[in-house]
Amino acid sequence: MLKQTEGSRAVAETVAYCRPEVIAAYPISPQTHIVEELSRLVKSGALKPCEYVNVESEFAAMSLCIGASAAGARTYTATASQGLLYMVEALYNAAGLGLPIVMTVANRAIGAPINIWNDHSDSMSQRDSGWIQLYARDNQEAADLHPQAFRLAEELSLPVMVCMDGFVLTHAWERIEVPEQAQVDAFLAPYEPRQVLDPDEPVSIGAMVGPEAFTEVRYLAHAKQMQALEAIPDIAREFRQAFARDSGGLIHPYACEFADTIVVALGSVLGTVCDVVDEMRADGVRIGALGITSFRPFPLEAVRTVLGHARRVVVLERALAVGVGGIVSQNVRTALSGIRLDGHTVVAGLGGRPITKESLHRLFADAIAGRLGHLEFLDLDTGLVERELARMAQSRRSGPSAENILRDVGSNR
Amino acid sequence: MNAAQQVKFYQVGSLAAGNRLLDPELRSDQADPARSNALTCGHRACQGCGEALGARYVLDAAQRASGGKVIAVNATGCLEVFSTPYPQTSWQLPWLHSLFGNAPAVASGVAAALRAKGRTDIRVVGQGGDGGTVDIGLGCLSGMFERNDDVLYVCYDNEAYMNTGVQRSGATPPTARTATTQAVGEEPGAPFGQGKSLPLIAMAHEIPYVATATVAGLRDLEAKVHRAMGLRGARYLHVLVPCPLGWGTASCDTVRIARLAEQSGLFPVFEAAGGEVTEVTKIRRRVPVEEYLRPQKRYAHLFTPEVRTDVIARLQRAADRNIARFDLAEEVVS
Ligand SMILES: Cc1ncc(C[n+]2csc(CCOP(=O)(O)OP(=O)(O)O)c2C)c(N)n1
Ligand code: SF4
Repeated sequence: MLKQTEGSRAVAETVAYCRPEVIAAYPISPQTHIVEELSRLVKSGALKPCEYVNVESEFAAMSLCIGASAAGARTYTATASQGLLYMVEALYNAAGLGLPIVMTVANRAIGAPINIWNDHSDSMSQRDSGWIQLYARDNQEAADLHPQAFRLAEELSLPVMVCMDGFVLTHAWERIEVPEQAQVDAFLAPYEPRQVLDPDEPVSIGAMVGPEAFTEVRYLAHAKQMQALEAIPDIAREFRQAFARDSGGLIHPYACEFADTIVVALGSVLGTVCDVVDEMRADGVRIGALGITSFRPFPLEAVRTVLGHARRVVVLERALAVGVGGIVSQNVRTALSGIRLDGHTVVAGLGGRPITKESLHRLFADAIAGRLGHLEFLDLDTGLVERELARMAQSRRSGPSAENILRDVGSNR
Repeated sequence: MNAAQQVKFYQVGSLAAGNRLLDPELRSDQADPARSNALTCGHRACQGCGEALGARYVLDAAQRASGGKVIAVNATGCLEVFSTPYPQTSWQLPWLHSLFGNAPAVASGVAAALRAKGRTDIRVVGQGGDGGTVDIGLGCLSGMFERNDDVLYVCYDNEAYMNTGVQRSGATPPTARTATTQAVGEEPGAPFGQGKSLPLIAMAHEIPYVATATVAGLRDLEAKVHRAMGLRGARYLHVLVPCPLGWGTASCDTVRIARLAEQSGLFPVFEAAGGEVTEVTKIRRRVPVEEYLRPQKRYAHLFTPEVRTDVIARLQRAADRNIARFDLAEEVVS
């Protein structure tokens, strides 16, 4: 049903139509509206049977999901930022045990300094955890990715993270086609676990594995994720047939044919990027955009096919790999190995810094004119950092930067 | 699944030998050749491991109490490691291990799934060592208690982190030597005034059932498991399980040492419901703490090179306090 609604609410309603049997909930902004709405849906009887469990931490939330999923229940939770990091040990475990848990991550920066606004540092930090990671471009896709995520998770027996930008998407009201129960039921069959805790047929799950087989198990984990490279487009195709709209898939090329310059990005910033691409195309600039929906598994071949013909690639990063630069860029570079082209990593929008059309116009023009370095920070306040850099140069023990900058700003220097 | 293992008989515990004098329905679960044998022999625990003994009794009793419908969730620790080295498993019931600090929450998840599926016949037992329970898993355990999830959680207390090589835990008693509380200098071993009593913490949550037991009172242990399985909601069982390796005791002495822990008053055995103590096991033959401490190498520094009478007296006072607090002294019939 088409309605004007909040992103979180559309996600919660869609998740409810997926009929999860156990939901673990722990609050953290900007994910809270999702679990709040689910709490209401469960309480009102709209979603049953479903156990909605208020837990004492995200570590418990993911642990509870592990138990519930292993016992054969379709299981869901949502988190963000510090919460995701608080779960980390259990995240790896859920993936290693092959449990098809679905989790929404309302992307948010990680402290310190504490910051509740959007970037991708949280989910990107879990890129090697064994979870499949899908990034939504807009709220329509955020909602639509959930039935697909359950399908994928249960087909492969792997956990899936649906990442949606915090606030920018979660708290935005817009017109969203929220699927109906019957549609979702036709698309998503009830959960049939591959392996389940059952007294009539006891299995031991989570045994200790030594050096004689651990590498093999990890190899198979990798092989299984690679299967998702086929399953994701298949499920997206079926979704298009069932719901008559495009959502999901591995990648979203936009005006990439005959493009010299291609901008790679994930998540909600793609909307702005495509607008800028349109405007520059109207001025005759050969520029395109490549949205990556499936960050894990990373679609090396598909990315290579799209980017291989470009002359330069600009990767917009919403997270920073401190000490080296870009996270997505490293994956893009792997995809392009052996192909010579200009590659630029641009760190943008950290901690909720707006990424404006003006800034992107300037950025892309700089890239095309050859004025862009390998690692750039969009809209960096150079005055502020240079003062701090000077202080660092004076003394190796210059103190924490955040505090120094706060003092500067406070004293209006 | 390997075929069910042939049951072997053991003579264990003070009352087990009297089994054949009892009516069949009153006999120990372990005396029943048809017992479930949840944890088969052939696992890799040390000889005389109290934890292996305790776990076998607990799970067999839990299975009998629920008609064989039990799912076990295990924390990381000796019990997990010695029972499931790939590609083998000693478990003849559905068993799940996730992490060191999350067994109570995982068990809550299993219970939630069963609730959602309307499977009230299947019951959940969570289990871990004292490290997994009183330290790293305490947050999850407290959450499980507070929600009153339908789980029986069992702590096998061997009073240290045995699986990683005998380091102290929050349940290590004062003056015990561990790899991280070495007996060096004036105040030997684990310090006084640290550590925590999880049974008392569990009681503070006012859950339906809390009990302590040892592997010296195996009939009592079975009975407590049956009582716990007869109730719904969060239940907690704290079982003292001597560890020959960590305590420095002979493999054949596990049950004797556990009994001395009871008889000295250092380990009070009781039951509680809704936060109130309802039943205590009186001490039939009280012994001075020294009798309990002497056979254990972890307390050797209290006896050589000289006897630390000051320290032993302090431990005696702790035992006396338990005896008074839980009213453990047998009434004298005059
Ligand atoms: C997060 C985490 N920290 C540390 C460990 C290492 N570790 C595994 S078992 C264990 C100690 C287990 O002690 P306890 O719970 O008392 O059980 P026991 O082995 O004594 O039966 C530790 C520290 C771990 N597996 N995970
Ligand atoms: S170290 Fe202790 S607890 Fe661990 S298996 Fe050996 S006796 Fe049992």
